[in-house]
Amino acid sequence: MPYNVDAIFQIAGIGIIVAMIHTVLKQMGKEDFANWVSLIGFVVVLFMVVVRLQDLFQTIKSVFLFNS
Amino acid sequence: MDIIQVVGLGLISTFLILVVKEQKPIFAFLLATFTGLVIFLSLIGKISDVLQVLTTLAQKAKVNTLFLETILKIIGIAYIAEFGAQVTRDAGQGSIASKIELAGKILIMVMAIPIITMIIETVVQILPA
Repeated sequence: MPYNVDAIFQIAGIGIIVAMIHTVLKQMGKEDFANWVSLIGFVVVLFMVVVRLQDLFQTIKSVFLFNS
Repeated sequence: MDIIQVVGLGLISTFLILVVKEQKPIFAFLLATFTGLVIFLSLIGKISDVLQVLTTLAQKAKVNTLFLETILKIIGIAYIAEFGAQVTRDAGQGSIASKIELAGKILIMVMAIPIITMIIETVVQILPA
C-alpha cells in the first residue's frame, strides 16, 4: 500500500502549523489575518481530499460497472 | 501482510487526529476522511480481482448478464453509501447520514425492480391460466 501515506502526514502537519500561525497572529492582534490563514489552509487540505475522493469515485464507477 | 499496513495506518492517523483535534477540529475531520479514502482505495483493487473472477464464472455458467450487472451495481451503491454516511456521521450530522442511507436503499430498490419484474413474469407464466 504505497498509496499516498505521506499525504496523511502532510495534512496533519498543515493542520498543526496552521493552528500555530493562527495562535501567533491572534496574539499579535491580527484576527482577520488569522482567519484568512485558517481558511486558506482549510482550502488546501480540502483540495487534497477532494482529488482523492474523485479518484475513489472513478475507481468505484469502473469496478462496479457503472459505465452506462 | 496488507492488514498490518492498514492497521498501522489507522493507528497513526488516529494519533495524528487526536493531536490536531484540539486546535483545529476541521482538519481532524478532513484527516479522518482522507484516511478512510486511502484505506478504501487500497482495498478496491482486491475487490476488483474478486469481481473479475465472479464475472468469468458467470459468463461460463451462461448467467444472464443483467443479473450480475445489477448485483454489482447494488454492491457498489452499498459501499459508497456506507462510506458517505460514515463520513457524514463522523462530522456530527447524523440526520444527513440517515438521508444518505435512505437514498442508498431506495436506489438499490430501483435497481432491483427489473429482476423482480422478471421473477413475477416467470411465475405468472408457470401458473396455469
